[in-house]
Amino acid sequence: MSDDAAIVKEFLVESYENLDRLDQDLVALEKDPGSRETLASIFRTIHTIKGTSGFLAFNQLEALTHAGESLLARLRDGLLPLSAEITTALLVMVDAVREMLRSIEASGKEGHRDDQSLIATLTRLLEPQSANRPTEPQPAEALAQPPAQSGGMSGTVAAEQDADDLHHPDEALSEKTPVKTPEAVDAAHVQQARGAGASDSTIRVDVGQLDRLMNRVGELVLLRNQIVQYTNSTEDSELLGTSQRLNLLTTELQEGVMKTRMQPIGNIWSKFPRTVRDVAVGCGKLVRIEMEGKETELDKTIIEAIKDPLTHLVRNAVDHGIEAPEVRRAAGKPPEGLLFLRAFHEGGQVNIEVTDDGAGLDYDKLRNKALQKALITADQAARMTEREITNLIFLPGFSTAEKVSNVSGRGVGMDVVRTNIEKIGGTVDVQSKPGQGSTVRMKIPLTLAIIPALIVTTAGDRYAIPQVSLLELVRLEGDQARKGLELVNGAPVYRLRGKLLPLVYLRQELKAEIPAGDVLEAQSVNIVVLRADDRPFGLIVDEINDTEEIVVKPLSKQLKSINTYAGATIMGDGKVALILDVLGLAQRASVVSEVRDRAVVEKDNKHALSLGGAHQRSAVLLFQHGEEGRMAIDLSVVARLEEFPRDSVEIAADKEVVQYRGQIMPLVRVSDVLESTQQNTLDKSQDSLQVVVYTHNGRSVGLVVDRILDIVEESFVVQRQSARQGVMGSAVIQKRVTDILDVPGLIAVAQCHETAVAAQV
Amino acid sequence: MATTQQFCTFFLEDQFFGVPVQQVQEVIRYQEMTRVPLVPPVIRGLINLRGQIVMAIDLRRRLGMPDRPESELPMNVVVRTEDGAVSFLVDEIGDVLEADEQNFEHPPETLQGQARDLVHGVYKLADRLLMELDIAQATIAEEGNKGADLA
Repeated sequence: MSDDAAIVKEFLVESYENLDRLDQDLVALEKDPGSRETLASIFRTIHTIKGTSGFLAFNQLEALTHAGESLLARLRDGLLPLSAEITTALLVMVDAVREMLRSIEASGKEGHRDDQSLIATLTRLLEPQSANRPTEPQPAEALAQPPAQSGGMSGTVAAEQDADDLHHPDEALSEKTPVKTPEAVDAAHVQQARGAGASDSTIRVDVGQLDRLMNRVGELVLLRNQIVQYTNSTEDSELLGTSQRLNLLTTELQEGVMKTRMQPIGNIWSKFPRTVRDVAVGCGKLVRIEMEGKETELDKTIIEAIKDPLTHLVRNAVDHGIEAPEVRRAAGKPPEGLLFLRAFHEGGQVNIEVTDDGAGLDYDKLRNKALQKALITADQAARMTEREITNLIFLPGFSTAEKVSNVSGRGVGMDVVRTNIEKIGGTVDVQSKPGQGSTVRMKIPLTLAIIPALIVTTAGDRYAIPQVSLLELVRLEGDQARKGLELVNGAPVYRLRGKLLPLVYLRQELKAEIPAGDVLEAQSVNIVVLRADDRPFGLIVDEINDTEEIVVKPLSKQLKSINTYAGATIMGDGKVALILDVLGLAQRASVVSEVRDRAVVEKDNKHALSLGGAHQRSAVLLFQHGEEGRMAIDLSVVARLEEFPRDSVEIAADKEVVQYRGQIMPLVRVSDVLESTQQNTLDKSQDSLQVVVYTHNGRSVGLVVDRILDIVEESFVVQRQSARQGVMGSAVIQKRVTDILDVPGLIAVAQCHETAVAAQV
Repeated sequence: MATTQQFCTFFLEDQFFGVPVQQVQEVIRYQEMTRVPLVPPVIRGLINLRGQIVMAIDLRRRLGMPDRPESELPMNVVVRTEDGAVSFLVDEIGDVLEADEQNFEHPPETLQGQARDLVHGVYKLADRLLMELDIAQATIAEEGNKGADLA
């Protein structure tokens, strides 16, 4: 009984694998109907399934595969041309076979099915469809028929390997027909017949077994860490040597076991040619699929986790991305669209890209859709950048498909893709060029079981932060520690390179009781800059310890329900440390709330100055203008600050220029342009010119200013709009009234001015 | 026909409790724990049990009893549950006892408070009463401060 079960199980596993290949082969065949090699391969696969199912007395399965085999024999022998109808029928047959196998797997029986119509279709296709078929093959047909029959019979009485042998006469007969079989096919066939030989070097292992093994190795790694820690404090050289060897061996073992769990991504990609074909046929498109990096390996659990998101992306690309042939032709593209899958290793992660050469994202459509669904306000919509609009597709309930097809457009797509990918510590990103297509790029960790993490301490407890979310570490000491942290209406922030970084105190989030005697006004502040949902935030911890490879252990359900922890791990000293769930923590601290908030905040930051009137913190460059005047330039338009010796100024076309980085850079004297009443006496007496370099469209212009004073970051309001050209208005900066320069305006004025002067001359 | 069941017994304050011995994985002395912020106080922390991470539930808190003095370290009774192993923190470990089904009674109606849900029944032993703990109920960490943190 159990023997039988084992044989059936093996048959199932083998058949599933064969069917996957069949899907690929059939699609390949459609592309290249003349490939006898592909045909031979398909024929063998079906033949094997038929033989074994006969042997195991799965009669329905045998009958169906027999009908398929007969049809394939005709195709292989060149007696029938391949048509789309035949391909479809064969694919339907593959599906039916798969269904039966599933039923056998579940219940041990084939299940009650009616495949008569399918068998009838397959048999009907066998017949020459019209009278215009060549008459020559007739006799061959007659010859080919009976052996095929006997082949089917033999399956019921003979074992699988015999079936292959018995099959030879059949093939030999058909070879008498005019079509010649290349030697290569025959050789391949022999190899296939000996396919059993492959099992000598590989064995199938239950995944559960591997999981247990992996767990044990994880524990061994922890034990090793502990032992190494103990022995490091010992003088005993023998013990030290032994522990070092243990160390090495454990690492090798860990790598070895992890490798056994690795699978090439090609395993899931192999289903895509079929998926693409089905979807493309379903929506009347022509799509070719190309793959690169099939052999890129990932942990099995990760492969499982990305299977559905990836399938969704592929279907999406065909359904939404690639246009119908006539649309493509009108756009001057080849009617056949290209779907390109690419996988490669980079920096300890695997990158997977799904690229299509379709229409790309329609930003206006996205914007309108978001408006229509009230996901954003009209004001926000008007100000969103393309990148922000692209991110809209990841919002729940967002779909731009005009009509809901059975493939996609149900609004359960991209947000689920993103959630699933982020769940395993990956990221998703979309890039799109209108008219040229889009690329979805995923970055996925190699494995989930062992991850690099940053260990921090807060309120006496250690926590692990997965390195994937880590951007950088900032440590403020002394004065900085006291002054660096500022409040925006009570919310702490830090200016990180001119941008405000929201801060979260881990202590507060974890509601840690502050141990007695702990001084909160610490001498230093440790900020762990993290990224959650593309939004950076700073996590303030008491201490930053180290980075370590940690073994992730799951938490019990009760602890999992609190979104703050992603798991737990055991540290070198044997104690347990919690792994922080960065996304959960960010949500808890309301760093990530709604995408729309984020978009608006960023915009406001960027454009506070140009919009004028907005009360925002901005960094400005202050310079002296005349003897008393002060002016400011928005720091974000400043490319560089330079100082040129006075004699390096040359004259070209009546303009002052300097040689700068291999280019000729025109100089604009701010005081001249503004026709300031203030005499620029300072300027004349100096030996060098202080220049603010402004770069626009790859061209640099140097603004000569009297003296650069300072760079300050302040919140100010542009109060008085100026009538003067080149000046945006005035504001109170550092308690002094300061004119704010409108650099592009100023340069425009300078150019007019010069042309006017030139005209006069 | 008398059927008997074996119990792993332990004390909380001066009360005598037991859990079926088949469900007990092991009994170990006090282990250092890692606090888990934001969870109900019933969960005292996580223990490293030879590489397995086990949640420790303080039965005193679960039963609404006052905390044991800090000088007294609890013992761990590690039980198997559907959601992995869980450790119960108890004051002291008693013997493994055999109790007769005939001596079993459901808890009296007068049993009030948290114990009401947690005590499966009472065995009348010769010299004392043994309360059988409902393991599934005891592992639900919702008692203590109910709204500990739902934010």
